[in-house]
Amino acid sequence: MPEKPLLSLTGISKSFGHNPVLDRVDFDLRGGEVHAILGENGAGKSTLIKILSGAYKPDGGRMVISGVEYRPAGPLDGRRQGIAVIYQELNLAPHLTVEENIMLGQEESRFGLVERKKNQARIKRVLEFLCHPEISPDIPVRKLTVGARQVVEIARALVSQARILVMDEPTSSLSQEDTRRLFEIIRKLRAEGTGIIYVSHFLEEVLEIADRFTVLRDGRVAGRGLTRETSVEELIQLMIGRRMSELFPRLPHEPGEVILRCSGVQSARMSRPVDLELRRGEILGVAGLVGAGRTEFLRALFGLDKLEKGLVVVSGRQFRPSYTAVSIGRGLGMLSEDRQVEGLALRMNLTDNLTLSRLKPYVRSGFLNGRRQTTAASEWMSRLGIRARSPEQKLWTLSGGNQQKVALARLLHQEAEIFLLDEPTRGIDVMSKAQIYELMGRLAADHRAVIFVSSYLPELLGVADRIAVFHRGQLVEVRPAADWTEASLMKAAITGRESKVQSTGEQP
Amino acid sequence: MKKITGLVGPFVGLILVISIFSLMPEVSDRFLNLANIKSVATQSVIVALCALGMTLIIVSGGIDLSAASNLALSCVLVAYAINLGVSPLLAALAGVAAGGIVGFLNGFFITRLRLVPFIVTLGMMGIARGLAKWVARNQKIDAPLSWINELMVRTPRPSWLLVSPGIWIMVLFSLVMAVLLRKTVFGRHAFAIGSNELTARLCGVRTDRVKVAVYSLSGLLCGLAGVMEFSRLTVGDPTVAMGLELDIIAAVVIGGGSLSGGEGSILGTLVGVFIMAFLRNGCTMMGWPNYFQEIIIGAIIIAAVTLDRLRHRQE
Repeated sequence: MPEKPLLSLTGISKSFGHNPVLDRVDFDLRGGEVHAILGENGAGKSTLIKILSGAYKPDGGRMVISGVEYRPAGPLDGRRQGIAVIYQELNLAPHLTVEENIMLGQEESRFGLVERKKNQARIKRVLEFLCHPEISPDIPVRKLTVGARQVVEIARALVSQARILVMDEPTSSLSQEDTRRLFEIIRKLRAEGTGIIYVSHFLEEVLEIADRFTVLRDGRVAGRGLTRETSVEELIQLMIGRRMSELFPRLPHEPGEVILRCSGVQSARMSRPVDLELRRGEILGVAGLVGAGRTEFLRALFGLDKLEKGLVVVSGRQFRPSYTAVSIGRGLGMLSEDRQVEGLALRMNLTDNLTLSRLKPYVRSGFLNGRRQTTAASEWMSRLGIRARSPEQKLWTLSGGNQQKVALARLLHQEAEIFLLDEPTRGIDVMSKAQIYELMGRLAADHRAVIFVSSYLPELLGVADRIAVFHRGQLVEVRPAADWTEASLMKAAITGRESKVQSTGEQP
Repeated sequence: MKKITGLVGPFVGLILVISIFSLMPEVSDRFLNLANIKSVATQSVIVALCALGMTLIIVSGGIDLSAASNLALSCVLVAYAINLGVSPLLAALAGVAAGGIVGFLNGFFITRLRLVPFIVTLGMMGIARGLAKWVARNQKIDAPLSWINELMVRTPRPSWLLVSPGIWIMVLFSLVMAVLLRKTVFGRHAFAIGSNELTARLCGVRTDRVKVAVYSLSGLLCGLAGVMEFSRLTVGDPTVAMGLELDIIAAVVIGGGSLSGGEGSILGTLVGVFIMAFLRNGCTMMGWPNYFQEIIIGAIIIAAVTLDRLRHRQE
């Protein structure tokens, strides 16, 4: 290789107990390039990041930065030696100001007193470089949008003069606009000679922003190359180790009678009332930008947000969403978009999480039968292919994909008829995604109904029968999936304008 | 299995405390004899009853700083009611009911005003204590002796009871609460709320209702503890149990309860209560000064929580 790498890893291995997580991984990063690390959840990406950051020590192998052996004593030492990691969950103190957050641990000071002027000048320079001069150093971070918070996090890395930036799923909670701006920043940093390691599940994004890629599978390097010479299909194949014949398996299903009818449903967090019909055996996709009101609509329907007006009819019976217990009784089930914060009780075990919404079958004269509960949970584990040591395992020890399957298993266990799924495939590996698509198809074939909210257009087009688009708190348009394209969906989501084409076969 | 291994720490602590004092030549013969154990158990009844309720609250992610004030209010009300000429049974029920009302109000304010339990119960701590002093006109209320005052004697009158009725009451309610916490839907819902309230709501748990019930139930137990306190003191003392709420919380925490909710057990809490009770008793026998006990108990709280944290990291 003509150019000397900025960072090189050779033969990095790491195991936890008897479980090898990384097996002789080689990796190198040059200055001024974006190198993507890809792999399913559990492939070893996070472990590799933690080794880079200094949080874990490798069992074997060498790390070299610019010709100097890199052996960090801990994350702080790693940062001092030039590696800054920006994690998926941003590590900012919400009550402190932008300035305080950026300078935390690296304040310019004299005799213990913070020299604000010097700090401010440094921050101004960095924020200008990042094309975000509008972020004031004096406002508390909690008042910033997620996108702006990420900029602050990057600014912190730059102030510490990091030469290597590791970004772990940086766009998973960003809107498309913020993602575009983030890419501009990445390109600018690359031009300045910074080496960027980019970890993401969004393969299209990787193809757009990265120069090279390395795919990990089961802790080993499964492939590497130049992004301009590869394709999404090839990357997926490398990640899962076999050809993905059908990413969106389609099970035949026919829409039946109307199971859910909303008229004028509106909560305080929605700007316009929503009218919508859902049939048995139907998957209704919901597209829109982040904050367009899709989640708010589901929450109002499920009784999580207070319904201000409107009427819901489920299977011919009127019903006013109030308590979630009532909604569940009527056959509704909701999967939260945020499984870490809301969807799952991570400190509880798998059994409790799975059965919490329907404990009745395990109660005899007021007493709960824990053993029958555990047995039932094991059955669901094998039915959905949830990988865990035991049903008593605490949920935070499972991978994202397995956690999501537990959340879905809960809805199946509570015998829901109408599945309200809010971003069910966010942040999980490709195999689990495919299983969730298949599950949705099975539900429809079983004459149940699904509302599927997603920001990932290919999966909406691949799975849904009809797709509704939300824009600024308002339902803009519903059409059969076949009448939409990625471009027309995007246009409707961004502009909120109905396109000219009339829907076919949906005329009254 | 796991539930049992989680209790190993507190049990080892209890055995350690007991064996240390048993090995002290000065007190060994007096410490580990039946009469002393009985007396320690009797002394633990009041803290234990409050700690049962506190376990429920802490499991559901809350805290109750008003427990000791609540107890004092109930204690005063029992004496006041007896002086009014009410039958002892009714007086005792009034004490328990008052505790329940205070607990209900805690739950009501926490759920309706959406305030954190720490603040609401901090306020209620002052309110209940103030009410107790008001009712008692800032002094002890003397009351004629009745069967209530025999609940806490060391040698019970029908001698086939073996230990004081108070201990039996403690055992009974411990069993009831353990079953409630582990074997009922209500208990599972309390754990779920403490573990992640948003998830509980998503799963159809009526979180507000459960919380009000949790605080009310705990209040009832504090009221009962107040009756026991009156039984022991034979007067209604509005300044009794000052600062006891911290002992109660400490017992739960030593027994494996987590202040961030979702964890705790009745057996663990009882072990926590007994660790503190035996320690106090042993120190007193040794003639060690009061401040020495305080330092040791403080150190034990920190050690217990540290060990618990380490155990969790291993999981």
